[in-house]
Amino acid sequence: MADPLLVKRPDGALPGSLQGNPELGQWVRFAADGTVQVTAGKVEIGQGILTALSQIAAEELDVAPARIRMVGADTTLSPNEGVTSGSLSIQDSGTALRYACAEIRAILLAEAAEEFGVPVDQVSVRDGTITIRGRASTTSYWALAHPGLLDRRATASVAPKDPSTYAIVGHDAPRLDLPDKVMGRPRYVHDLVLPEMLFGRVVRPSSPWAELASLDESAAHALGATVVRDGSFVGVFAAREDMAVRAADRLAAGARWRSTRTLPDHIGAFLRSAPAEHKVLIDTAGGAEAAGARVFRASYAKPFIAHASIGPSCAIAQWSGSTDDPRLTVHSHTQGIFNLRADLAKAFRILEDHIVVRHVEGAGCYGHNPADDVAMDAALLARAAGGRPVQVAWTRQQELAWGPFGSAMEVDLVATVGEDGSIIEWRHELFSHGHSSRPGRDPRPTLLSSYYMADGFELPVAIDMPLPNGGSERNAVPGYAFDRQHISKHRVTEMPIRVSALRSLGAYANVFAIESFMDELAHAHGVDPVAYRLRHLVDPRGRAVVEAAAQRAGWTHFATTESRGHGIAWARYKNVGAWAAVVAEVELGHEVRVTRLVCAVDVGMVVNPDGVINQVEGGAIQATSWALKEAVRFDRERIAIDGWEEYPILKFSEVPEIVVELIDRKDQPSLGAGEAVQGPIGAAIANAVFDALGVRVRTLPLTAEAIAAASG
Amino acid sequence: MPSTFVVNDVPRTVDAPADTALVHVLRNDLGLKGTRFGCGTGHCGACHVLLDGRTIAACDTPLWAVAGKSVTTVEGLSRDGTPHPLQRAFLDLQAAQCGYCVSGILMTAAGLLASEPDPTDARLREALDRNLCRCGAHVRMLGAIRAAAKEMRHG
Repeated sequence: MADPLLVKRPDGALPGSLQGNPELGQWVRFAADGTVQVTAGKVEIGQGILTALSQIAAEELDVAPARIRMVGADTTLSPNEGVTSGSLSIQDSGTALRYACAEIRAILLAEAAEEFGVPVDQVSVRDGTITIRGRASTTSYWALAHPGLLDRRATASVAPKDPSTYAIVGHDAPRLDLPDKVMGRPRYVHDLVLPEMLFGRVVRPSSPWAELASLDESAAHALGATVVRDGSFVGVFAAREDMAVRAADRLAAGARWRSTRTLPDHIGAFLRSAPAEHKVLIDTAGGAEAAGARVFRASYAKPFIAHASIGPSCAIAQWSGSTDDPRLTVHSHTQGIFNLRADLAKAFRILEDHIVVRHVEGAGCYGHNPADDVAMDAALLARAAGGRPVQVAWTRQQELAWGPFGSAMEVDLVATVGEDGSIIEWRHELFSHGHSSRPGRDPRPTLLSSYYMADGFELPVAIDMPLPNGGSERNAVPGYAFDRQHISKHRVTEMPIRVSALRSLGAYANVFAIESFMDELAHAHGVDPVAYRLRHLVDPRGRAVVEAAAQRAGWTHFATTESRGHGIAWARYKNVGAWAAVVAEVELGHEVRVTRLVCAVDVGMVVNPDGVINQVEGGAIQATSWALKEAVRFDRERIAIDGWEEYPILKFSEVPEIVVELIDRKDQPSLGAGEAVQGPIGAAIANAVFDALGVRVRTLPLTAEAIAAASG
Repeated sequence: MPSTFVVNDVPRTVDAPADTALVHVLRNDLGLKGTRFGCGTGHCGACHVLLDGRTIAACDTPLWAVAGKSVTTVEGLSRDGTPHPLQRAFLDLQAAQCGYCVSGILMTAAGLLASEPDPTDARLREALDRNLCRCGAHVRMLGAIRAAAKEMRHG
């Protein structure tokens, strides 16, 4: 059987995150209380990753899952696994743990054999207890794991288990973090109380491009709060949280700002006209457009989208050491503890080694949200706190309006089609900001307040990572077998509105465009949309999800009416990740109402089936919310969001029924599930709207106004 | 100025300004971190608690408004250490992702089921419309609440 978690590295590199973090003792420690401490560099962001990783460790070590303790990531302890993003944690961290734990198990069995003077094939292990054939005496991992035993480099020479023998991986496992969360116990960084802790809030400018003209601090001082001003950064802290909130309100009222730049009037026009880096990603089309029976053209648009986590970002910072040699400790729900540390070092101009970042869970994270920004804010305020820790939380308005957004995008598609409806040539040209301004990747810090502080930094313009991950170009390459293709991008090199990574990056807009356009072409030729896709789809696993979704949804039995339609869309995430197809069913009243989503997903070998279903359901609902409702509105001066009323998200009464069909492939590598359906959802819903109304909406979100505009 | 009110059946006296939001009093003065702060304007439900049995948002309820009254928080749902049927159902069905919205949703559901033990699906969703969830755990949470309601009816 093929090895499902094995990532083949022909260059001889170690598998997964062992490359770069080869010390076995970095990953696993045997504690005196009979538990196994597993230290992964990936972090829990509400996706259940720690549970899946604990399953892998328990499986390979042969210990009961209850013995595994997942230790929170910490820059003093953890392997550096970069950022928890891109649905890569199972590939990176899971693969590393699989090989590390298999090797550690072998090391310990060899120790036992040596201690008892028997060949290693005479020893066996069950739940960490080692028995020797024919003898009554036993030993254990904990008895054998003397200090220093795991201070060695992984070799990846011990074969992990054959997946067909798995007893833990591949089976549902309850999430390790949920009991605390459901019982209301302290679990989030918001709940962490450190001795002598103070509470802080920040006051943001009138516009992203405004500087502080004057500040009346007296009203805040009258409340006994301490005001911190550093250039145009303004914040306040107090002994009580409610005092900090009141003081921040008074400070805001006493601040005068001066605008230095305006925001764009029309984002689409801006993206198409601003200075940009142009890149041709694929050109198998030759110079001129192909000759064919007909040429079709369409343009699609997606707005800025906010992360909109339910819990405002929060962090605790504390300074120690001396003025000449300051040390900083930060508790944060960042996706990347080492990257945050790197940017804090740049912003405060101190050594990375003088900063400790500890991960503590936060509310749901769907990309580069303000988690890192608020850590810098806490550190800025704590500089004035005389060595006491300061907890800073953003306000709801700040969380919605001041975090980086997922970039707006425009996509132009051109298809040259033969007499029989077959696509001869496909052109995809996109206009977007870059999709990452994550910390740790630029010589300058990307933390928001580093721009406003005195002696601060220009915020780096968002970039795109190269394919296959990509940024704006993620999933710009269609998953169909088109002989002639021309795929290109324009990445805008100015950033009047701050953007960074949001779940699925460019895939959401690109798949919306591609799969809407495929639907347009199918209808133009009078071909069923499922059949039309399959006609151009060679990839067997792509075909399988399309067919599975259509069959499970009862595609051929659906009765379309003027108020009821269905639509399909599919994509292979990043063109190298999970395959997903979605059938959306909608009802049209005053607004579009999605009644059912049928998702067929192939993530290779499934580690935690219920965890995968949970991730797919969550992705489907979030993408439905994006598609139906979400757009960041702004004027020349500001992001026009004060709270949830200006940025509504999907409500309980609007949530569709969701069916998830997992195609479990035990002989194929595991792939991330968290972003697989984001792309297909938008297109499937738009296609369902067309099915019912005959109106093609090419601009997201699919509001009543957008439909009215498209029908006009 | 001290205010006295009942929290999870225990009388508590708190020395805080009268206009302090109940969510801060619960979390910081009383150490009950289960009530989460989400928006501060009563729009997201993360801080829902029961006030004399009625669901309210603790973020826009001042301390003076609860003086002499009885507040139930998520910590008070479970008595004698055993999970409330709603909490048990949420765990059984793994009805959460990040979990930040869960406390408030549990309290909205508890308030609803106390007065309407067998709500229709539409009624249940309507009651939960002031509780936002960003991770998309809605379908599971609805299932868990229905399962718990059934258990509570047939107890």
